[in-house]
Amino acid sequence: MTRMVVDTANHLAGYAAKAARVKVVAAYPITPQTTVVEKIADFVESGEMDAEYIRVESEHSAMVACIGAAATGVRTFTATSAQGLALMHEALHWASGSRLPIVMAVVNRAMGAPWSIWPDLSDSLSQRDTGWIQFYCADNQEVFDMILQAYKLCEDERVFLPAMVCLEGFILSHTYAPAKLPEQSKIDEFLPPYKCGWMLDVDRPYSHANLVSPEWYMEFRFMIQEAMENAKRLIPQVANDYGKRFGHGYGGLVERYKCDDADLVLLTMGTIGSDAKLAVDKLRQEGLKVGSARVRVYRPFPVEEIVDLAKNVRMFATIDRHISFGMEGFLASEVKASLFGQKDRPLFAGFIAGLGGRDVTAETVEKLAKRSLKWTDLGKVEKETEWVDLRE
Amino acid sequence: MVTMKELPREEYLLKGHAACAGCGPAVSLRLLFKALGSKVFLVVPACCTTVIQGPYPFTSFGVPLQNILFESTGAAASGVVAALRQRRVDDITVVGWAGDGGTADIGIQALSGAAERETNFIYICYDNEAYGNTGMQRSGLTPYGAWTTTTPSGKKERKKDMPMIMAAHKIPYVATACTAFPLDFVNKVRKAKDIQGTKYIHLLAPCPTGWRYDTGKTIEMGRLAVQTGLFVLYEIENGKFKLNPPSDRLVDKSKRKPVKEYFAGQGRFRNLTEDDVVRIENWVDEDWNEYRKRAECA
Amino acid sequence: MVAMPKKRRDLPVTPLSYPTVGSMGKTGSWRTFRPEVNYSKCTRCVLCWVFCPDAVITRQEDDSPKIDYDYCKGCGICANECPVKAIIMVREEE
Repeated sequence: MTRMVVDTANHLAGYAAKAARVKVVAAYPITPQTTVVEKIADFVESGEMDAEYIRVESEHSAMVACIGAAATGVRTFTATSAQGLALMHEALHWASGSRLPIVMAVVNRAMGAPWSIWPDLSDSLSQRDTGWIQFYCADNQEVFDMILQAYKLCEDERVFLPAMVCLEGFILSHTYAPAKLPEQSKIDEFLPPYKCGWMLDVDRPYSHANLVSPEWYMEFRFMIQEAMENAKRLIPQVANDYGKRFGHGYGGLVERYKCDDADLVLLTMGTIGSDAKLAVDKLRQEGLKVGSARVRVYRPFPVEEIVDLAKNVRMFATIDRHISFGMEGFLASEVKASLFGQKDRPLFAGFIAGLGGRDVTAETVEKLAKRSLKWTDLGKVEKETEWVDLRE
Repeated sequence: MVTMKELPREEYLLKGHAACAGCGPAVSLRLLFKALGSKVFLVVPACCTTVIQGPYPFTSFGVPLQNILFESTGAAASGVVAALRQRRVDDITVVGWAGDGGTADIGIQALSGAAERETNFIYICYDNEAYGNTGMQRSGLTPYGAWTTTTPSGKKERKKDMPMIMAAHKIPYVATACTAFPLDFVNKVRKAKDIQGTKYIHLLAPCPTGWRYDTGKTIEMGRLAVQTGLFVLYEIENGKFKLNPPSDRLVDKSKRKPVKEYFAGQGRFRNLTEDDVVRIENWVDEDWNEYRKRAECA
Repeated sequence: MVAMPKKRRDLPVTPLSYPTVGSMGKTGSWRTFRPEVNYSKCTRCVLCWVFCPDAVITRQEDDSPKIDYDYCKGCGICANECPVKAIIMVREEE
């Protein structure tokens, strides 16, 4: 029986780990991730989840414990935020280099110093180079669905990469919303038992990850890039399969909303994508041809989708919930990079909004959309990067 | 007590590996496998053993070996042990095998966490008293007065008492061992294998490259370390302290060889002054008072 | 014997190295001195076999040592530990 629940994205992440029949969870608490691991602890202790929860003593150890468990042949899960994710940075590299299909929920939170517990996307986007597949969710149901899809994708032999499913702290993590939990037997049909490209085995002993000289290191890295390219192809296939079985979909790598005849397309990630839809509706009522597109998968970056989206659009405006100091928002950079080879490119404006959890509402998006439309008419963008609602 | 000839003939550290000539840790690895056989998962952080394996696609090890990040042997082992339990596999011994840094410095947190969680594995620190892999820089286990590349005039601080730190975790088995006493080490490893919970063995493994002595004297240096009382062979089983031979006879100071004999044979101690030697002798006496008290209480 | 990969498609998904004798090649070339065993003095105590860091000493049927000179690094531990000095270190000729 499909079950309807009203629960937070964090709890739903716990439900997803349980539904995926994860066998080892190793995690360390950090606001606003804590309720993910508390839910899992409840499941494990009540016997509802047949798994082991290793209460590690740091996030670095959490990721390494997952690596040890995955290398020993079981499905693993962890969750973290901000400082915790940063602490496990070298372990993220180790996991992808080891081609282990670990799935992690990242409850997005701003990086310190200074301390902030509120959401922005700096934490996970700072890890974009680590070889992890990255999904960005806009609602609680998507968090549940993407964790299951992530396991299916990552354990495909053409992929064998780890994945992070990102959700903004407090906006999703602690907000109660309705969600559908499919029947376990149907989930088991979708997600077969754990598979991995290698495993520690006394009958076939080998050393994993000893020194690789310049003779072969580059080829191993190329294989990771190839796996990312494969993932780009396979993500929509997994999503279609999931959609057929369970009835929900999100429109692929980039979720488009009213973009077909748009003069201006707003490019977003995470929950700002939902505010953008509300803004688009309002603007359309005023006769303005605006659409929005939510980048759901940041790694591998959906270059082809962006190029396709840009056709016949006069202006792109990206809304980045983070900044790469010394340059601009990551989404802005990568969208521009995707379009560089095209002969005809839209005008481009990059907006920085919502850092440290500053609220980004439909009104905020409406305002910056109107500014962008003004520049579209002028044929010239006033500023390549603009910080929204910045105090003087 | 096993005898030399009862040690199995099979080798799981294969010849032609990358260790320095006269490497104490290499002898220790062979002894580890003689104690346990091949149903072992080895978890190895960055350390000399990382290099001893040799380069891809070759390894000198005949058992499954997971190389892992420097600070996280304990964490990786926790993951491996949990996975084996979930797979209902119970005949594989998980061994964390780490050097100074991976145990007492950068790796101490993960080890402490694993011990506090009562992770069911054997952790062996092969102590060559410096960071060997990176070229002999000082570690928390480098003894007072020793030359290393980062303490060229001699280390000014004392050696961290790692076995006692582990004993404070109240784990069921803590032991010290030395490569020069191979049967004692083998017995301790075998005993550890049959105990549930975290087992810690601190193994002094002399290093000619770091200690600056002729490569042939590795075993001799290990023996002297114990005979002078500078390194003590003991076990703490469920909190009960016991001195092992020959350390049990060295409570009597007159039976301990003079520490100068140990220092004279190693270039790393050439900076020691007379004052240093007296200071060290006093520490040895103080430490032995403690050992005597513990042994008497038991 | 583990083969060196020739093409990218020969590679495993992540570096997995298989047990190999001589992972560093013939390490016998490292040595300056070689151990020579006097079998009439040897008491078959097997201490040299126990203490060899490089596993180049094999215990023969009668427990006397057989040294693999392809891999012996000439460290001299066997000679130093032999209780009856049945092993001496001899300088290699050029």
